[in-house]
Amino acid sequence: MKVELRDPNIIMKLSRLGSFHQSKLSFLRSFLDEFKDWEYNRDLFNLDPGGYGVAIYSFKKDKRVYSLVCFANKIDDNDRSDRVIATKWDAAFTLHDGVPSKKDIERLKNEVPRQEVGRLSYKELTLSRANKSVRVFNHVVEKLSEGNQPDLDLLEKVGYLYRTTAVYGSGKFGLADRFRIKNRAEINGPFRLEMMLVYLVRQFTFDQVNHVAKHKNPEKAVNLDKKICRNLGIGNSTGLGMAPFIVNHPTLLNNWILSREIALKEIREIKNVNSKDADLFKKCVKDSLKNITSWNSESEFQIKKINSLLFNVKKFLEFIENQLDFSTPYPFNQIYLWLEKETCEETIEYIVSMMMEPFDKIVQPLIKKMSSDEEKYFRIPTERTVLDLKNILKQRYPDILKMDFKDKSNLRNFWFISKNKEEPRYADRFEEGGAELEQPLAIARDIKKLNDQLISCKDDLTIDRFLMNNADLRHVVRRAFIVEKFPYAEIQDNTINENVVPIDMLRLKLSFFGALKFDPKSDKWLRICMFQGAPLPHELKDYNQHWVYR
Amino acid sequence: MKSLSEIETTSKRASRALGYSWGISEEVGKSVRLLEMFNFEGIKNLNEYLNEKKDKKFENLNLINENNECSEFSYCPIILGVSFLDQIEKIEKIKTINFSKIAYPLLFLPFLSRSSEVIGKKIFFKFEKNEFLLNINVNISTNLLNKNCPNIANNVEVKILENNDNFTEQDWKSLYQLSEKTFVEETESLKKGAAGAGLTDND
Repeated sequence: MKVELRDPNIIMKLSRLGSFHQSKLSFLRSFLDEFKDWEYNRDLFNLDPGGYGVAIYSFKKDKRVYSLVCFANKIDDNDRSDRVIATKWDAAFTLHDGVPSKKDIERLKNEVPRQEVGRLSYKELTLSRANKSVRVFNHVVEKLSEGNQPDLDLLEKVGYLYRTTAVYGSGKFGLADRFRIKNRAEINGPFRLEMMLVYLVRQFTFDQVNHVAKHKNPEKAVNLDKKICRNLGIGNSTGLGMAPFIVNHPTLLNNWILSREIALKEIREIKNVNSKDADLFKKCVKDSLKNITSWNSESEFQIKKINSLLFNVKKFLEFIENQLDFSTPYPFNQIYLWLEKETCEETIEYIVSMMMEPFDKIVQPLIKKMSSDEEKYFRIPTERTVLDLKNILKQRYPDILKMDFKDKSNLRNFWFISKNKEEPRYADRFEEGGAELEQPLAIARDIKKLNDQLISCKDDLTIDRFLMNNADLRHVVRRAFIVEKFPYAEIQDNTINENVVPIDMLRLKLSFFGALKFDPKSDKWLRICMFQGAPLPHELKDYNQHWVYR
Repeated sequence: MKSLSEIETTSKRASRALGYSWGISEEVGKSVRLLEMFNFEGIKNLNEYLNEKKDKKFENLNLINENNECSEFSYCPIILGVSFLDQIEKIEKIKTINFSKIAYPLLFLPFLSRSSEVIGKKIFFKFEKNEFLLNINVNISTNLLNKNCPNIANNVEVKILENNDNFTEQDWKSLYQLSEKTFVEETESLKKGAAGAGLTDND
């Protein structure tokens, strides 16, 4: 039986993309898998009794070493902010390529804590900063110093000791360009070094909290229990900075989504599923209920989604326990069709993610295809014709071509880069100034404009001639030819509509990172947790691949 | 040191700020990145050109012919470059193209380099005593290395080079003869037994 890939015009809608969940394809999970047999070390831990100072952690294999250099600083409570406009953080980090020399550490000490206004070099690969969850951190220090373990309810509610507020890579602020390292086999997967940074930061937070507690009360203090550590991750506050990325990297986006879609298709095409795989899938679904019930949010939007997810997953469990016979042909296809009929987008994508758990043979080869050499597709094939372009638009943007951009609600917002932080922002073009400096992220509007312009052109006109008089549409002509080859490269929605929920774009990206427990704080930013439940560095050599659902 | 990613982004934004469309500005970003990667003064030239453009006019050449005479002002290297790249498959047939005057010719180079890759042929670019060989977008050779590139190029000639050998037949033969010293002379017995195929061609 052949199953078709799901229709991009359905899957690439923002509400669907904003329902995606982590899976085996997610970057933090593939990072752990890749680095599980690397040698982990804490090379330097030079903190004062208050927990301030320098620490270095590394992963090493053969001659290759990646070192996380951490700088923990004392800051006033008033200076602590998760917003990108902050200038001070509890800790700042960089992932250094190799073993940093004393000179490197001195240089980094001056630059890394300054983040965006500091300068890094080609020897640094990623850059980040993080703030304490002061309430949790202080509580843990207090309890450990008294010889007790912390309150698990509080820890479960928050899920981390620190949250990062940005993780930068790929040439930002002088960091190494991607091309310098792209041929290294171990980082043949998107954001692998960003994941390494976050993972090592997590370990730093445990070491720091133990260190501070020990110095507070050397006689009585105990270390944070390993099991508790495992259940803590690293929080992250994410704002709009992440949203344009998925618009600006169409072939990369395609490769992420396409991998997921191929995995689903191939799983649905499995005729006979053995009982071991079926049991593993069922166990993951059952165990995952804990992830849903411990998913806290104050956002009405998210609470509604979580409640609906919980209800539907319970209904689904009932279905697979009492109605579905896994020994009948194509059980995962039956499951998928049932999900489509009986549940919602959030549940469909939640279960789709879990379907991958038993099928490493399908998933592993796809992980290697999730990067993209975007330069290869930059050139516009100007020898093609207007007719070709018209056909591409008709085929690839069917709903977008139906949109009416004379309607103000469809044009309500615009994306821009703020002058003070050089970060993407989103505002109402009819209320705020600055729309004349709009970023080219209103793809739906511009595609529609391109289509309108093409109508009056002769079909056999070549694209080079078309572009002579339509330079303002060049960016979308390029996209259309990219989308012709990469069907999942484009969000099939209007990103400037008045009802758009920008966090859907963030959630899509974060789900591929492997984030859990999305907690929207508004329609423009959210908090998440990464690596919660993940093995600790010394456990990597032999860990349960399905740790997310334990 | 600035990363190439920073160079590309800043060049793109600066070009947009001076009125180029986003699509053209994307091309500029890639071009300046390429120049800097090949160790040419891309940032310097773009900065000077964009600043000059604020109060000076340049001519946009959209359709490229064999001989291109600007009427009053020198050609904008960016619009000229984009046009050249877009029309390269048609230009290829012309073989030699002349331009009377191009402003900031260094900024035109990356478009030629990328065009060279599109058609799989080297492109030769010459004005006055300055020569550049654009080699399938793999490298750019020039007699101008480490010298400032003039801000104006007069009487520019662009040649599409055919894919010919870069050496004499005599040199090739001589080298080939040396390479033959790695071969084993075949005896009758080796001819029959060592090939593994071709003995039963007429089955």
